[in-house]
Amino acid sequence: MSRVTRFAGRDPGATARMAGFMAHLRENGLRLGVQETEAALTALTFVDAAHPAETRRALKAICTGCKDDAQQFDALFDAFWMDAGRVRTRVMPKMTAPNKGDDSVHSSRNAKGEDAGGAGDATAPEAGQGESESDGEGKLIATEMRNLSRRDLRDLIQPEDIAEAEAIARRLGLALRDRRSRRRVAANKGDRLHFRKTIRRSLATGGEPIRLIQRKRPDRSRKIVALCDVSGSMTVYAQVYLAFLAGLMRGDFTADAYLFHTRLVRITEALRDKDAMRAIGRMSLMADGFGGGSKIGESLDTFAHTYARKFVDGRSVVMIFSDGYDTSPPAHIDAALATLRKRGCRIIWLNPLKGWRDYEPVAAGMAAALPHLDRFVAANTLADLAALEKELVTL
Amino acid sequence: MTSWTDLKSALAAQNYVASDDLAVSLHLALSLQRPLLLEGAAGVGKTEVARVLAAAQNTKLIRLQCYEGLDAAQAIYEWNYQRQLLAIRASSEADETGKQVEDRIFSREYLLERPLLAAITQDQAPVLLIDEIDRADEEFEAFLLEILADYQVTVPELGTITATTVPTVILTSNGTRDLSDALRRRCLFAYVDYPDRETELAILQARCAGIEAHLAEQIIGFVQTLRKEDLGKVPGIAETLDFAAALMGLGIADLTADPAALQATLTTLLKTQSDRAHITTEVAQRIAGKAA
Repeated sequence: MSRVTRFAGRDPGATARMAGFMAHLRENGLRLGVQETEAALTALTFVDAAHPAETRRALKAICTGCKDDAQQFDALFDAFWMDAGRVRTRVMPKMTAPNKGDDSVHSSRNAKGEDAGGAGDATAPEAGQGESESDGEGKLIATEMRNLSRRDLRDLIQPEDIAEAEAIARRLGLALRDRRSRRRVAANKGDRLHFRKTIRRSLATGGEPIRLIQRKRPDRSRKIVALCDVSGSMTVYAQVYLAFLAGLMRGDFTADAYLFHTRLVRITEALRDKDAMRAIGRMSLMADGFGGGSKIGESLDTFAHTYARKFVDGRSVVMIFSDGYDTSPPAHIDAALATLRKRGCRIIWLNPLKGWRDYEPVAAGMAAALPHLDRFVAANTLADLAALEKELVTL
Repeated sequence: MTSWTDLKSALAAQNYVASDDLAVSLHLALSLQRPLLLEGAAGVGKTEVARVLAAAQNTKLIRLQCYEGLDAAQAIYEWNYQRQLLAIRASSEADETGKQVEDRIFSREYLLERPLLAAITQDQAPVLLIDEIDRADEEFEAFLLEILADYQVTVPELGTITATTVPTVILTSNGTRDLSDALRRRCLFAYVDYPDRETELAILQARCAGIEAHLAEQIIGFVQTLRKEDLGKVPGIAETLDFAAALMGLGIADLTADPAALQATLTTLLKTQSDRAHITTEVAQRIAGKAA
C-alpha cells in the first residue's frame, strides 16, 4: 500500500491540516465527513495536542468506526503526521481530486478497482467458440453476460466473475432462507389476535381482556450447510465454488461452510470477513496446498459425526460440491451419507462432471452416494448454479 | 474531570486498569458528550467499563441488554395499557367527558419508562450501557439514532421528550453482526483488545489482592501463551481472573508443581470440549514450563 502524504510544511493552520488529514484518511478508504473533522478539532482541545501519542489516541477514537479501521489507523497517522510517507507539495484538501493517472497516489482500494476494470477484456473464450471472437468490441453487454454464464467454470477466474458467482449465491441463499411456517403461534407481536389465549388470560383480570395475546407465523428458515471438495481433481472448479460459498455466507448468516480433501476444515469464520476479496484470500490460504488426494468418504464421515451433530437438523440443506472421485472405498461414502441422512436433512450433490456430455456416475463413490441424495445436479457453469434457485424452492 | 490521565486513575481506583487508548476514548466521550462504541472479543472488560465508570462518577448505571427481537416497547417506552383500561373503567362512574379521559390516560403518568427513556430523564446524568448491540435487530438501531444524536424521544401521543441531563452512553458489540454506518458515525469508537502482559498483570494484581508475584507472573505468562494456541474460544480477562482465583483457592503456588491440579483448573479458561481436548496435560505443561 502506498501511503503518500499530502502534508506540507507551509500549511496555513491547524484546521487546514486536520482537513488534509481527513482527506488522507478518506483516500485510504475510511468513510468520514465534515462532522468528523469538526469533532476531531474539538477533541484536540480536550487532550494535550502537542503530545503525539495523545493526539493519535484522540483522533483514533473519532475517526475509526470498526476494527479494520482501527488497525489501519496507526500506519495512516504515521504516514501523515510523522512523515512516514512521501511529502508532496499539494496542500489544500479541496483540490486533491484523486489523480488516477499517477501511480504513486492511489490507495490499495483504488488499485484493486483498477485491476478489475482493466481485466475486463481478458475474458474472451479460447479459440473454437468463434462467435464471440469474431464479434469484436461492438457487442452488447447482455450477450456478453450470456456467453459468460454458459462457459465452463474453469475459465472464470476474473474478480468480476467471482462477484457474479457471489451474486447468484446470495440470491440462492435468500431463496432458501425465506420460509414461513403455515401455522401460527402465540407471540408478543403478531398480525392477528390469539383469541383462545386472550380469553384464558382475561380470567385473571375478572373477565376483562387486558392482556392481548397475538399470534404470528414463525420463520422456519432453512439452513444451508455447504461442503466443498478441494482435492486435485476439483482444483479447476474449486475457485469459483469457493466464490460461490463466499457469496452464500454473505447472503445468509445462518449458513455454514466446510472444505475437504483428505481432511475436513470448517471455513465459516474465514468467510464471514467483511471484505469479500480478503475472505476469499483467507479461504484460499486454507485451501491452498491441498489439491492432493481426496478422501470424500472419510471427510463426510467426520462431518456426520462431529459438526453435523451440532449444525445439521431437519431444517438443513446439505450441499456437497464434489466430483465423486474418492480414494477410499465407496462403502465409506455410503455409510457417511446414511448417517447424515438420519439427521433429517436434505442432501444435494453438485457435480461439475455431470454437465459433460454422456456423463454417467460411474465413479464408485458417486454411485454409492446416489441413493442417499435428494438432488443430483450439474454445476459446472454459472447458469447451472443460478438455475438451482428453482430447484431449492421445491425442496 | 480535567484530563484523561485523571480519568484513568479514577478508573484505577475502582480496580479497573484501562489502556491509554480506552481512557482517551472515554475521556473524549465524556467531554464531547458523544456515545462511545466499544468493540472487542468476549471477556475483555467492555461491560465492566460502564459499571466502573458509573461507580467512579458516583452515578447510576442504566443497562439495556440487547437481544434478538428487542423493540421500542421494551427499550424506550410503553403505555401502561392495564392502568389505562382501569382508568377508563373508573371514569365511567365519575362524570368525565371523553376528551378529559383521553388527556388523562395519555399523560406521563401512564407512560412506562424503559431504559432508554429513563436514561434521559434522570436528575443526575447516568451512565447508559447498551450492551451487545449486535444482538439486536438492525431495525432497532434506527430507534437508537434519535436518542444517540439528539438525546430526545418522540412519543406520538405526547410530543417530544428532550433530555433533562445528557447520559454517558456506552455501546458494546462483540462483532457478530456488522453495525450500520449511521450508528457508527454517531459514536466514538474504541477497539478493546486482549491486554498485553504488563496490563494484564496490573489487572490481576488489582483484582486478586494478595496474589504472590511469582504466581501472578506465571498465570499471565500461561494465559498469554495459551491465547496464541489455536483455540475455539480464546480466554478473556474474566477467565484469567477465575483461573487465578481457582489456583489461589486450591493453594497452588507454582503452576508446574502439580500437572493434575493445573489440568483441573483449566476448566476456568477453556470453555469448549474441543479446546479441552486440544490442550492436553503435555501441552499445558509445555506452556506452563515456558511461562515459568
